[in-house]
Amino acid sequence: MIFALKRQGILPGFNLALGYTIFYLSLIVLIPLSALVFKTSGMTWEKFAGTVTSSRVMASYRVTFGAAFLAASINAVFGSLTAWVLVRYKFPGKKVIDALVDLPFALPTAVVGITLAAVYSANGWIGSFLEPWGIKVAYSPTGIVVAMTVIGMPFVIRTLQPVIEDIEKETEESALCLGANRLQIFRYLLFPMLLPSILTGFALAFARALGEYGSIIFIAGNMPMVSEITSLLIVTKLEQFDYSGATAIALVMLIASFVLLLIINLLQRWSRKFAEGNNGKRT
Amino acid sequence: MIAAPGILLDKSHPQNALTEPALIRMLLIGLTMVFLGLFLFLPLFAVFSQALDKGVAAFLSAVREPDSLAAIRLTLLVAAISVPLNLFFGLAAAWAITKFDFPGKDLLITLVDLPFSVSPVISGLIYVLIFGLQGWMGPWLSTHDIKIIFAAPGIILATIFVTFPFVARELIPLMQAQGCEEEEVAMVLGANGLQTFFRVTLPNIRWGIVYGVILCNARAMGEFGAVSVVSGHIRGATNTIPLHVEILYNEYNFAAAFAVASLLVLLALATLAVKSLVEWKIRVQLSGTK
Repeated sequence: MIFALKRQGILPGFNLALGYTIFYLSLIVLIPLSALVFKTSGMTWEKFAGTVTSSRVMASYRVTFGAAFLAASINAVFGSLTAWVLVRYKFPGKKVIDALVDLPFALPTAVVGITLAAVYSANGWIGSFLEPWGIKVAYSPTGIVVAMTVIGMPFVIRTLQPVIEDIEKETEESALCLGANRLQIFRYLLFPMLLPSILTGFALAFARALGEYGSIIFIAGNMPMVSEITSLLIVTKLEQFDYSGATAIALVMLIASFVLLLIINLLQRWSRKFAEGNNGKRT
Repeated sequence: MIAAPGILLDKSHPQNALTEPALIRMLLIGLTMVFLGLFLFLPLFAVFSQALDKGVAAFLSAVREPDSLAAIRLTLLVAAISVPLNLFFGLAAAWAITKFDFPGKDLLITLVDLPFSVSPVISGLIYVLIFGLQGWMGPWLSTHDIKIIFAAPGIILATIFVTFPFVARELIPLMQAQGCEEEEVAMVLGANGLQTFFRVTLPNIRWGIVYGVILCNARAMGEFGAVSVVSGHIRGATNTIPLHVEILYNEYNFAAAFAVASLLVLLALATLAVKSLVEWKIRVQLSGTK
């Protein structure tokens, strides 16, 4: 049956490789994930809606989505700046800094959490400077934004770097020859070219921040209604053996991530088209 | 023919009009450094400074303490099981996806990436729903005295889930770029399937494998959220290194917490070093084949 589906080729192992792939994927990912849906389908609609819209849960959505949006916005601005600086300018230590940008991907989230809490608390290296200004970062919603900014940092930078590298010098040269100044070149030429990738990076960072748990619980203070993220609420419900409550909230978050995944795919398709369009114009 | 713009333009447009003025350049570099410094470099230094806060002897005793050693052993065990399983899966998935055409391929690629968009806490939760006491298989498991949740098997399962896509997503684009011609030539020349795989495909993708494996390993050793949900936090028994860090931290034993955490930071830095090396190797290899 499967043989009939594949293209004629001489390489062996198709049935075995695809069969194992689907088997392992089902066992590890698909069946466990479907358990989430089945568990919630055992709840009545009223109970489900009541659980996922209770005031404490709603407050956690506000905190999580709000902080994730702010953090992704900070990353969109400073990540674009960092990507530009790393691609276009020469300065000492650039290679090392470029490699260290991936650190938030490689660093365990718990380590990020305790370190940020130490640095940004009232007697920490940065926190002690902010304290006299009345700015409280650790153990407040601001701390959540800081943690989400750090763990989402590489997304905008790494999405943007190859795109900036691919901009042909001729594009800017012709704009220059046509009399545009640097600011105009940036505003009307570079920024529109980079925008799809900036938005993709923003969405990736936002999606990552929504699900983040490890780094945030150490710095957030975790006050219900104020600085409690949704992931923590799921864990709390689980520790109280409220499995159906935890599952219901998890399903809401899972659907939110899948919607974001869809948006990210569309954005990536758009930026690819955009890049091809630019290439087309050049030839 | 148009002359180079630098010659064409008058003095108000200097030769480097294609970049920003030096002052702006320095300002932008400075801003970037402040951003990276506040959010990345200072916290990185802080780990080591806090870890050595009470001196080298305290650092060593925190790392050598029996509970820490148990956590290190468990973490190594979890990585030693989950990374090879995901490597094998990655090879199978990449072989099927890049060497053959079949309907539903795009869907399969999306599904392979799926675990990356599931939040860590949910990744742990789904296994509790299946293997936990109230879960599907809970009653059966407890009558047969098999422990999965709050024990090592649950930790391993959750780790496999969160590191699931790493090897596959490195290998798929690499093998797509390399195509099937070399393998087809080997087959035509009389090699069998396994010979083709081990002598043609494997040498071609070895750096991609290293890349995927080190990233997979870093995440497997450092995962916190998913593992925290299924572990049960039993000191000396079901604590991985990140969970042990959490316990020490919550006991206000900061120097010890940062000492153990610094091990994970060293792992992360080593991972990045190998990653940079491999990226360079892949670039060299790709430019060599073109």
